[in-house]
Amino acid sequence: MVQLTLPANSKIRAGKTVKAPPGAKRVKTFKVYRWNPEDGQTPQVDAFEIDLDACGPMVLDALIKIKNEIDSTLAFRRSCREGVCGSCAMNIDGANTLACTKFIDDVKGDTRVYPLPHMKVVKDLVPDLGGVFAQYALIEPWLKTQSPPPERERPQSPEERARLDGMWECILCFCCTTSCPSYWWNGDRYLGPAVLLQAYRWIADSRDEYTGERLDALEDPFRLYRCHTILNCTRTCPKGLNPAKAIAEIKKLMVVRR
Amino acid sequence: MHRATRSYRSDLARVRGLGSAKEGAREWWMTRLTSAALVPLTVWFVVSIVGLVGADHAAVVAWLGSPVAAGIMILFIVVTFHHTQSGLKVVIEDYVHVEWLKIGAIVLVTFASIVLALAAIIAVLVIAFGD
Repeated sequence: MVQLTLPANSKIRAGKTVKAPPGAKRVKTFKVYRWNPEDGQTPQVDAFEIDLDACGPMVLDALIKIKNEIDSTLAFRRSCREGVCGSCAMNIDGANTLACTKFIDDVKGDTRVYPLPHMKVVKDLVPDLGGVFAQYALIEPWLKTQSPPPERERPQSPEERARLDGMWECILCFCCTTSCPSYWWNGDRYLGPAVLLQAYRWIADSRDEYTGERLDALEDPFRLYRCHTILNCTRTCPKGLNPAKAIAEIKKLMVVRR
Repeated sequence: MHRATRSYRSDLARVRGLGSAKEGAREWWMTRLTSAALVPLTVWFVVSIVGLVGADHAAVVAWLGSPVAAGIMILFIVVTFHHTQSGLKVVIEDYVHVEWLKIGAIVLVTFASIVLALAAIIAVLVIAFGD
């Protein structure tokens, strides 16, 4: 029932330390989680001392500097470097966020950089997102209609459109989902905050004609009701969104339609 | 590292699983209702018991024997055990991941709640209709 010892890969060793170049004035240490599936070792934390005078302002800048100049084997995802793609989601200083929008100066002392919590690790800072994207596919995140397509686009009033504010901005970085203890314990069945926020984005869309079926697919003790309003999701969202509110709205509709 | 349990089932098949149970709303709503009902009921219970501090046995029996006190007390018992049972069930579902143990624990909690609630209700009735 309760696992009292950690699995082998949860034991983390101290790794190598790379010193800052001599003469560096503003030095900051980045302690980065490393795991290579091919070397047969347990994970380790490498310490990289970075000269901040020769580095951009964001944590992602430091990671790119490490990869370019110190250790090219460091693996992480990144793309847009401006907080719209969601690729560089990771755990920085104990909280999930985007490395590209997290200022290095916002972290006091050493900066600990880990992959998103409680996901299988592919390598270093790259988590396996296959499960969460399958859950995203489960909620069928596209407009579903029965009435024939109109000549032009399907119209929506400004008020109807405004109901999607706070949801369309979600970039699917899964910072919220991987910060949720309920998702940690029951992620195989609970859909998690990111996917439920997306589900509500389509439930709330005035143009969608499958609201009832969408609610049917969610009404389940595990898929929806594992949310116990812990609110880690809302606290950690790097885009400032409120997945917990979206989940509450779904629960409300479940009662309204009874 | 997960070689032993490796499966070639797709992520989507695994996530869709057995589909939605199409229930849970009622249970969730009942938990909210019972917790809301417990606010005034618990206040009533605490105030009543504090008011009886120092009273002798006959006075307590006379109080609990009155229709209003006996009625509210039975309501308090029913709501308390309903809420306890549904709350513990959620905790077990959250943390117990061995299927037989999970079902066994939920059954045990449900039975224990019913037995304890019945015992408490009958005790109130015995006092109310005792003599």
